[in-house]
Amino acid sequence: MYKSIIIVIVIIIATLVAVNISHEDEPANLKLEQLKQKYAFKAVPSVDHHKLGVLHKKFETPQEVTETCLTCHTETHKEVMASSHWNWDRLSYVKGKGVYASGKKNVLNNFCIGANSNEKSCAKCHIGFGMDSNHYDFSNARNVDCMVCHDNSEEYFKGSSMAGYPDRTVNLENVAQSVGLPTRNNCGSCHFFSGGGNNVKHGDLEVSQLSCDREVDVHMATNGMNMECVACHTAPNHQMKGKLYTVSTNNINRAKCQDCHTTTPHFNDVLNRHGSKIACQTCHIPEYAKVNSTKMSWNWSDAGKLKDGEPYSVEDSLGNHSYLSIKGSFDWQRNVKPEYVWFNGTAEQYRLGDSITTDVVKMNTLHGSYNDRNSKIIPVKIHRGDQIYDTEYMRLIQPLLYGDKKGDSAYWNDFNWETAAKKGMEIAGQPYSGKFDFIKTESYWPLNHMVSPKDKALSCVDCHTRTGGRLENLTGFYLPGRDTNKTLDTVGKWLLIFAVFGVVSHAGLRIGQDIKNNRYKKQVIDHNKEEQPDRLDS
Amino acid sequence: MSKVYIYKGFERFWHWSQALLIMFLAITGFEVHGTFDIFGFEKAVAFHRTASWLLLGLIVISIFWHFTTGEWRQYIPTTKNLKEQLRYYLVDMFRGKKHPTKKTQLRKLNPLQRLVYLSFKLVLIPMTLISGIMYMLYKSFDENNIVIVEDYPLESIAFWHTLGAILLIVFLIVHVYMTTTGETPTSNIKAMVTGYEDLEEDTKSSDKNENENKEKVNPIKKVKK
Repeated sequence: MYKSIIIVIVIIIATLVAVNISHEDEPANLKLEQLKQKYAFKAVPSVDHHKLGVLHKKFETPQEVTETCLTCHTETHKEVMASSHWNWDRLSYVKGKGVYASGKKNVLNNFCIGANSNEKSCAKCHIGFGMDSNHYDFSNARNVDCMVCHDNSEEYFKGSSMAGYPDRTVNLENVAQSVGLPTRNNCGSCHFFSGGGNNVKHGDLEVSQLSCDREVDVHMATNGMNMECVACHTAPNHQMKGKLYTVSTNNINRAKCQDCHTTTPHFNDVLNRHGSKIACQTCHIPEYAKVNSTKMSWNWSDAGKLKDGEPYSVEDSLGNHSYLSIKGSFDWQRNVKPEYVWFNGTAEQYRLGDSITTDVVKMNTLHGSYNDRNSKIIPVKIHRGDQIYDTEYMRLIQPLLYGDKKGDSAYWNDFNWETAAKKGMEIAGQPYSGKFDFIKTESYWPLNHMVSPKDKALSCVDCHTRTGGRLENLTGFYLPGRDTNKTLDTVGKWLLIFAVFGVVSHAGLRIGQDIKNNRYKKQVIDHNKEEQPDRLDS
Repeated sequence: MSKVYIYKGFERFWHWSQALLIMFLAITGFEVHGTFDIFGFEKAVAFHRTASWLLLGLIVISIFWHFTTGEWRQYIPTTKNLKEQLRYYLVDMFRGKKHPTKKTQLRKLNPLQRLVYLSFKLVLIPMTLISGIMYMLYKSFDENNIVIVEDYPLESIAFWHTLGAILLIVFLIVHVYMTTTGETPTSNIKAMVTGYEDLEEDTKSSDKNENENKEKVNPIKKVKK
């Protein structure tokens, strides 16, 4: 009775364990199904702007369109003009630096360096009209560009170096009647092309996402959820949710995976627990720039070489510029594995006028460490390069790059760093010693897009491995499978060897003694003695 | 010599399932440690966790068993004959001498075993278990939940857990070898499988300790022949 109960219990436990271990197919993820249903629903707009009489007229200037918009949306300009898309800066608090406004207005980068003095060209991506200098009037509502974000006709685009004005070929009347919620086309017209070309800056935002499959981006895939940018980047009162830490600083109003997927998205509890120290993106964005290459490095120090007095360009095997006389040399890469850093949601940027204190200037610093409870490991693209700095005043230089014609000191026309640096710093209102050189720089681009399907996500051994793991360079904490206590391992190894040696030699001695004492022989003889009579009988 | 029912059913079940679990935990554990690659890291972790819950359950039940049956008294340490026992293993057994301590139903363990098994139960297993539980619950929280184990560095949790594992394997090696030092090389293992062992008749005992035990330990199943 007693025995059979134990046997039954053991069998039950063994079966449960076996079923649990061998069970492969996952039950349906209801959370995910609900999300899919929610985002499959596409709202029908309550107003068809084609039917509004006020928009049926010939618009001479884009400002007239804005004025017409404001006749119905009477207060919307106030919302837009409070946004960072308009102001190109945000109020920030940075520990040790205090409260200040920072953004595209005063932050430098290691691509085209900075907007200051180059507004006419850079303002192609400002949601306003007529920004041709750093004395722009940010309080003039007439200059708000509603169409760049809300045009659904795919006809609207801003002209090159036209200070944010639309191209002259755009039919404003048609555009004004076709407005609606922003689509990927609207956002992408700037965010896909930041840095002067497709996928130059981000690495995870590019034209392929207008029409891609799930392998590239599970959210935006046309054969998947086909989500628009604004599905996640909601914008109540025109304040966009989500931000990029090359220009923003504070841990507020971020667009997070957890907002939809919750903090327990996996069935596996061990995976959910990883979320306390590892961002979703770390495992779910195993690589970026999956379709078109992204720029990984930019050396301004190589710029200015001329052939027969004329600027030239060199292309790499994929058709990307690897050299441009006006910009220097570049390195492009595709299907790039991210690098990984600790990040707690706060950052700071190199602002025009900051002193250089390190050998490599970090254009933006992502704060965070293992010991910081709010920090998680995130994947980043690190863009490395070099650029011009003032060797005497130890600060980066904002050169004048874009100019209308030769001779106005712009580097892209004259190829003269001396005059471009002098003129650029003069316009920016910064001191310049006249002495310059080039210094190495890095910028950190957190990766949030191009989420892969779950079967492409990183697996355990991508990090939990002795050598060659994704987190190999992220030290200062104990990662099971990667880290060991070397002393303990050595001591343990010798303990085991000693134990085996001890056991074997003890056994050897015993056997040796037994043989010496003829113990085995005696037993055999005894045995035979007992059996001998039987044998004789037979 | 007489056949004595020395290891009861639960005791044998507990002994062998614990042995299997510890060996399985060692294999999966050292795979997680990065020592070798058998199941793959993900499976090794899952197996290690499942096996650890089973072991925890087994230990809880076995503690209950030890106390309700009074078997815990088998582990009360004694220095009596300790030296002789050590001397036996190191010198005397090579000279063909007999065990200095007699094995009986009420005194299964010799003084050296008592000491080793007691420290196994009170030091080695708790050390590995507690560090293992801390390892398992480490950072088990998200933004909305409570931190269970956070401030204790994982590095030292892993250190104690690994140390425990290494000592357990050392114990295992020596323990398995020591089972061959019985009447015949396999008699001890046979006893742990069947429950019965040929023991010398328990004639006049001069051991006071034993008499004390006799009074306290519940009468055990009648000896079968």
